[in-house]
Amino acid sequence: MVDTRVTLSGIELANPVIPASGAFGFGYEFAELYDINILGSISFKGTTKEPRFGNPTPRIAEASAGLLNSVGLQNPGVNKVISEELPKLKKCFNKPVLANVSGFSVEDYAYTCEKLDTEDCIGWFEINISCPNVHGGGLAFGTDPKNAAAVTRAVKKVTNKPVYIKLSPNVTDITEIAKACEAAGADGLSLINTLLGMRIDLKTKKPVLTNKTGGFSGPAVKPVALRMVYDVYEAVKIPIIGMGGISTAEDVIEMMLAGARATEVGAANLIEPFACKNIIENLPAVMEKYNIKSLNEIIGGAHNG
Amino acid sequence: MTQGIYRVISNRPIAPSVYKAELAGDTSGLTAPGQFINIKIEGLYLRRPISIYDYDEGKITVIYKTVGAGTEKLAKAAPGDKFDILAGLGNGFDISKPTQKPLLIGGGVGIPPLYKLCRELLQKGKRVSVVLGFNKKEEIFCEKEFSSLGAAVTVATVDGSYGIKGFVTDAMRNIDYDFFYTCGPLAMYKAIENTAVTSGQFSFEERMGCGFGACMGCSCKTKYGSKRICKDGPVLDREEIIW
Ligand SMILES: Cc1cc2nc3c(=O)[nH]c(=O)nc-3n(C[C@H](O)[C@H](O)[C@H](O)COP(=O)(O)OP(=O)(O)OC[C@H]3O[C@@H](n4cnc5c(N)ncnc54)[C@H](O)[C@@H]3O)c2cc1C
Ligand SMILES: Cc1cc2nc3c(=O)[nH]c(=O)nc-3n(C[C@H](O)[C@H](O)[C@H](O)COP(=O)(O)O)c2cc1C
Ligand code: FES
Repeated sequence: MVDTRVTLSGIELANPVIPASGAFGFGYEFAELYDINILGSISFKGTTKEPRFGNPTPRIAEASAGLLNSVGLQNPGVNKVISEELPKLKKCFNKPVLANVSGFSVEDYAYTCEKLDTEDCIGWFEINISCPNVHGGGLAFGTDPKNAAAVTRAVKKVTNKPVYIKLSPNVTDITEIAKACEAAGADGLSLINTLLGMRIDLKTKKPVLTNKTGGFSGPAVKPVALRMVYDVYEAVKIPIIGMGGISTAEDVIEMMLAGARATEVGAANLIEPFACKNIIENLPAVMEKYNIKSLNEIIGGAHNG
Repeated sequence: MTQGIYRVISNRPIAPSVYKAELAGDTSGLTAPGQFINIKIEGLYLRRPISIYDYDEGKITVIYKTVGAGTEKLAKAAPGDKFDILAGLGNGFDISKPTQKPLLIGGGVGIPPLYKLCRELLQKGKRVSVVLGFNKKEEIFCEKEFSSLGAAVTVATVDGSYGIKGFVTDAMRNIDYDFFYTCGPLAMYKAIENTAVTSGQFSFEERMGCGFGACMGCSCKTKYGSKRICKDGPVLDREEIIW
């Protein structure tokens, strides 16, 4: 028997497979397809202080081995998330979840987290300081170490739950931001968010997305994500949730070897609704194939010493 | 929604750049005419949404136009080829609307989802009129299919090379109807919105990430809040649409 359990800031997960924010809604769409209680956890859709429709459509585009999205954080706002979405999520999922939170000012982040803090189903906060799809927000916090630290400190003040900061790959040196978050008290880090990208339609000769740019994710970004998780693992001591292009059990193991303690699966859920279920079911066999008895033992295994 | 592997029974052109494909596989997830499938095509990441033209136990028929990489690959599929498909997506048309004389208005490749709807409305004993709009005679498809079901079919061509000269709205003027269902391009919808005298349902298209409500890629604003075209649509009531 192989052991797929991992621990994130004192909370044990049955396995390291977590659907990534924005690719799994609030879980219930998928609960119609399979029992989602097999998942390690769920990171729910990015939640903001006010309701948001997001960007104008088209806001999805095909890309090589992946997709671009410029959804722009559509969500009903923190009050409705609490009154309508979380009750539905709790009905189909009985484990602690990651509350993915976005904002446009340090105060926004603190406000939203303080509201969500009383929700028992939330095990961790995952603070998105890296959304590339909202102008004048999100990414601005994720590309500057001082701002990243300010958000971290503000959120830590309003909650005792573990706070994971979700980092942007759209920076020159991701370890600099990672270290700033760690120094400001972050309990862990999530990476990577999407890579800023673009597609142009040859017929109209204009960008495919109305927003012009969008976040690139899917299998194509996996090497970038692995490299960043690897580098951040060397730079900080706090746990890392690794993501970017994960679609198979092999990908999960590769990400853990780079230094991830748990992993998130985004785009794959959209293309293959049973992606997380398949990954979880295949994990034991793939572990056996590579002589891995316990996933806990392989975290950061690709590093020397 | 169901996911399954479907086998191509047939796949052939029925008009310039327009193909009809019959697919064998699970139909247990289909609940209404006007729903769609999301088909995985090798070499492309996103699935491609296509409306269901007709279905019976174990068989789905679709009609599609080749407009890009995905539909061009699909056109090359041969009998026996297999595809990974999500089926039974979207709400579909509501056939329980209080109507005795429904009018079905289709424009170009918007016509397919109206076929199964037409069949079901006729089965319920409704007097169904159908208006099909095309640019010119060479592009016409499905006229016979609708009339052999027993619907009163009028064809309109923009250049007047067949049927009534003009747009579907020119053909609608002479038809007695008490509700309409439509699928076609946005320009046609705006004309219908300006012409139609009754309630009706419109079927919309949007770029999709998932097709089953998970990504929020396809949202649109309605009078009753935002809706996902893939899950809360693609069919919307006339009364809720913001033009
Ligand atoms: C609910 C729904 C039902 C549809 N039913 C039919 C049908 O019955 N017959 C038919 O011929 N076409 C239908 N379409 C349009 C069809 O999905 C597109 O023509 C097809 O996806 C184009 O793919 P491509 O790879 O050939 O083109 P590309 O231009 O290479 O596609 C690139 C991307 O844009 C998307 N896209 C392109 N055109 C459209 C469009 N009009 N609407 C939505 N997404 C688009 C593709 O899915 C893909 O993600 C439907 C679309 C939707 C949303
Ligand atoms: C449609 C879509 C919506 C997303 N929305 C969010 C979001 O609300 N908050 C967030 O932190 N990340 C969001 N992301 C980023 C993912 O959580 C993930 O970090 C990224 O997609 C990389 O993983 P992947 O390659 O497995 O998709 C979104 C991604 C996609 C594709
Ligand atoms: S396409 Fe993903 S929600 Fe509609």
